[in-house]
Amino acid sequence: MTVFDFMWTNRSEVFALTLEHLVMVGISISIATAIGLPLGVLMTRKPSMSRPILTFANVVQTIPSPAVFGFLIPIPFIGGIGARTAIVALVLYSLLPIIRNTFTGISGVDPAIREAGRGMGMTGGQLLWKVEIPLALGVIFAGIRVATVIGVGVATIAAAVGAGGLGMFIFRGISMVDSRLILAGAIPAAALALLADFGLGAIERRFSRLLCLLLVVVTASSCSSPERIVVGSKNFTEQVILGELLAQQIERATGLQVDRRLNLGGTLVCHQALTAGQIDTYVEYTGTGLTAILKEAPSNDSARVYDTVEAAYKSRFGVEWTKPLGFNNTFAIIVRRDDAERLGIKTISDAAPHTANWTAGFGYEFIERADGYPGLAKTYDLRFPKPPRILDLGLTYKALAGHQVEFIAGNSTDGLIDALGLFVLEDDKHYFPPYDAAPVVRQAVIEKHPAVRDALVALGGKISEDEMRRMNYAVDGEHRDVKEVVREFLER
Amino acid sequence: MFAHSRSASISIQDNIGRRLYGRSQSATLLRMSTIVEFRHVAYAINGRSLVEDVSFCIESGETVVFLGRSGSGKTTTLKLINRLIEPTSGVVLVEGRPTTDWDPIGLRRRIGYVIQEVGLFPHFTVERNVALVPTLESWEEQKVRARVKEMLSLVGLDPEHFAKRLPRELSGGQRQRVGVARALAADPSLLLLDEPFGALDAITRSEIQKEFRELRKRLGKTMVFVTHDMREAFILGDRIGLMKDGHLLALVPAGEFHKLDHPEARAFSESWA
Repeated sequence: MTVFDFMWTNRSEVFALTLEHLVMVGISISIATAIGLPLGVLMTRKPSMSRPILTFANVVQTIPSPAVFGFLIPIPFIGGIGARTAIVALVLYSLLPIIRNTFTGISGVDPAIREAGRGMGMTGGQLLWKVEIPLALGVIFAGIRVATVIGVGVATIAAAVGAGGLGMFIFRGISMVDSRLILAGAIPAAALALLADFGLGAIERRFSRLLCLLLVVVTASSCSSPERIVVGSKNFTEQVILGELLAQQIERATGLQVDRRLNLGGTLVCHQALTAGQIDTYVEYTGTGLTAILKEAPSNDSARVYDTVEAAYKSRFGVEWTKPLGFNNTFAIIVRRDDAERLGIKTISDAAPHTANWTAGFGYEFIERADGYPGLAKTYDLRFPKPPRILDLGLTYKALAGHQVEFIAGNSTDGLIDALGLFVLEDDKHYFPPYDAAPVVRQAVIEKHPAVRDALVALGGKISEDEMRRMNYAVDGEHRDVKEVVREFLER
Repeated sequence: MFAHSRSASISIQDNIGRRLYGRSQSATLLRMSTIVEFRHVAYAINGRSLVEDVSFCIESGETVVFLGRSGSGKTTTLKLINRLIEPTSGVVLVEGRPTTDWDPIGLRRRIGYVIQEVGLFPHFTVERNVALVPTLESWEEQKVRARVKEMLSLVGLDPEHFAKRLPRELSGGQRQRVGVARALAADPSLLLLDEPFGALDAITRSEIQKEFRELRKRLGKTMVFVTHDMREAFILGDRIGLMKDGHLLALVPAGEFHKLDHPEARAFSESWA
């Protein structure tokens, strides 16, 4: 199936996401224009203001977008999970070209024209609206065009905070190592950018006066109604499957409407979204809760870890852990099968002496976590000559299979392990704590809809590691639709 | 309707080194009233003095030409009249009131203003450019349209032919005519012209100067004209004010300019000869 076949079969989703993308960019650019235009004008009137304004806009634009999202998520009202955060970030990114071009455009108006206008008795406002802005409109509009094209690109990252848009395909594609999905997001995004550039150019030439009106017209909102249950997930295949699983289970068992906010980025994003009430449930792993959220020392006792997180989440966050789903997705240290056979290694201890000739590749979460790379390196005395390459989690498998790195940390349930001819090394020193998967759900939701709890508890113990790896492979390896894989599982 | 008659030559007893100012003196002049008066006016910006201790009176209906080299302060003098700038010291009076007491917007709409670069609005048609001040003053549409036609005919442009054009579709001379029409549109009694013909080629310039002289006679408006061209000053001015380094050296009837005994005056006279 080619990319275009894929896009055609999924045309309604492609269309919906494209529209979502467009609305997000449209709203952002309108707001950025409403802010940037007056700021640009202010700079022409009060030159002392121009440096602070330009500095601010410049600095904002140099902050990498994941960092901007990271800052915004915890902030009430403007932040959080969803389109609002994405729009705030997009507005910040769009300001610079709009402000700069407004300033340049108005400053570029022939001083003689301005003097004539003033000399004829035009007020400051008349001069601005009848002369300066109309004459600068071409330059101002060019700024809006640039901002729009940038915005179409940046908005793809917005999927990381659950804002939807074409980034959904791209993120899903990266986590599933499916280039068709990546292209299904990237191609319409590129087309959108080109169209925006071309279309706005045409508007600029023909209808420059209708422009201001047009910008005001763009409106839409994407709020979820409070009566829906919102299910989240982190940004890798298993999490997307589990998110879909929770969603379908709740839909089947309770008949409530479910909003899916899948592919939300890392643990912290999901956790913050949960505690802020922006999602109601997602699947967390006990070991992750213990170390990444509660910041406690790793432990090897599975039952103790569950009890600890269960009690702490309840008292500290008002979040309940329902029953574990049945599988332990611990970190898995993975090498290429041919390397393992050639060197005769089965355990991480066996591999340690070889690390001096290897390059490691890890997801950014693994590098940072207490139970991640630093402890692992100490426990097994790993001696990589270079610091590990930091990659997106989904890309590490590709990097390993493609001989770009020799040693990665994946997940024990990963379906790609078999598919790509990789080999999981045994954690012979029991470094990794247990990562039993279990749904976490806000108590407020349970109180309101006790049936949600029952539905989630019913999933307890239903998924073995084999089962999980099989579903992961169905999606990652066989490129099957997540919804379909989950439906089959539930109907079995 | 512009058939105002006025005595062509006005005998003013200005002499070099003696600057005329003060109402008592000007009140003695024929039956004319003072439109513009400078009393010891100075203007400085960023510590640089552009005009220093300038005093003079301009009477209703006359044309005064300020003659001087670049940087002599003549344009600054003009801008002080319509309050584009305000004096650092001294007083500028228009119709007897200090400009600082006037509402600057109202004042400027009563005064026609033509600059060398013309400053036509490039996105407005000729018609809309000429109609600018009447529109700002909310004249009735019919009246504005009639006025625009009248003004374009007055400056020698066929309204049928030119009204809908954009400034970029005009020659330099035509543009300058539109500039004059625009300045006259709201029927101001005072007209300020800052080297209006300076950017034109010599032939067009000479033609337009002659036409403008005729126009001036018919209109009977008070005009303050700034130029660095001795010939232009002589053709158009009732009186010529000679400026140098921010000072008004003399303000004399045009016919007496050659009598001035000052190196700057001689330099200008020679430049023409």
